[in-house]
Amino acid sequence: MRFRDYLSLFLVIILGFIIFQAFDGTIDNGLNIKQFGEVNLSERTSIHYINKDVNNESTQIIYNESKNPESGSANYVTSIIANYRALDTLGEITVLFIAAAGLAFVLGDHNKNNAFASDASFIVKIGVKILFPLLFLLGIYIIIHGHLTPGGGFQGGAVIATAILLKFLAYKDYKLNHTGLTILESFAGISFLIIGLIGLYTDGSFLTNFLANGTIGTLFSAGVIPIIYILIGIKVGAELSGIISNLINA
Amino acid sequence: MAFLNQWAYIGGSIILILIGLFGVLTRRNLIKIVVSIGIMDTGVNLLLVSLGYINGGLAPILTATNPTNNLNFVDPLPQALVLTAIVIGVAILALALSIVIKIYENNNTLQIDEIRGLKL
Repeated sequence: MRFRDYLSLFLVIILGFIIFQAFDGTIDNGLNIKQFGEVNLSERTSIHYINKDVNNESTQIIYNESKNPESGSANYVTSIIANYRALDTLGEITVLFIAAAGLAFVLGDHNKNNAFASDASFIVKIGVKILFPLLFLLGIYIIIHGHLTPGGGFQGGAVIATAILLKFLAYKDYKLNHTGLTILESFAGISFLIIGLIGLYTDGSFLTNFLANGTIGTLFSAGVIPIIYILIGIKVGAELSGIISNLINA
Repeated sequence: MAFLNQWAYIGGSIILILIGLFGVLTRRNLIKIVVSIGIMDTGVNLLLVSLGYINGGLAPILTATNPTNNLNFVDPLPQALVLTAIVIGVAILALALSIVIKIYENNNTLQIDEIRGLKL
């Protein structure tokens, strides 16, 4: 190790102590951070998300019984991502789009050959043939059940992109239709915006839930949340597949 | 064991952040720098999630076995933010790798001290 490495180690350890102090719940540092696991949720904003009473309409929420709660998703994380903070999510998929576009711009044309010299072995090809539809189906399931079970648009989109990656690993001549990907991506993004604008027109605020929420916990419930998550799934799947294709053909 | 319960998550994720920072500061290979950034990303995500943990808490999803909102759910807000951060992290890594590919094509090396203009 050279002198610079020792200096870096020294600086990193000092920084570590500073960060550690900030998150140390046992001392009073004015940041009001509790000890690990001792969080009192009733002091946090999240309690309103869990009770679904951000608009002060507090009711008891019961799975498979409560009708038309404030946000109809049984998965609280989904209700935050696609409902309470949907505007953040719109910004986030914009970031993802800009990163994918920047990657395509930096790498240039995608008509070069695959990075692999030959096809993978027979076993890999047959395995991919079996796995590809199953993985695709799993991705679609995760996207559609995003408001009921763990998962959603981002995770399902990533699973779909994994299926595409398997195709790339097995066949050296596999190509994605980039025009189709662009159309899918633009369709999903524009539909997301249009859903937001419909909410602005009918209820007076952008991306508000303008459909009936239904019974919590059923597949056809939660208003616009499943629609938004399906659109996010399409967009993330198309963008990650495009990123994989661009990187492999670089 | 009480010490481990208290600090395994917060301390461990801070150590991950520092490992990533140390890698960014000292490594010369561009791929290793990108990997270090990925490790930092993971550390930050773990730190955020562990800030919302509650002892004995349940996953914040209403199911047939956890049917009401009065149960001891963990904080869903950090989880939602981390879900966002993970996707952004993937985008950042992909963009960084594409720039690394272009640097390699132009300079035929990944060592930052051999690239002209970046002499250390």
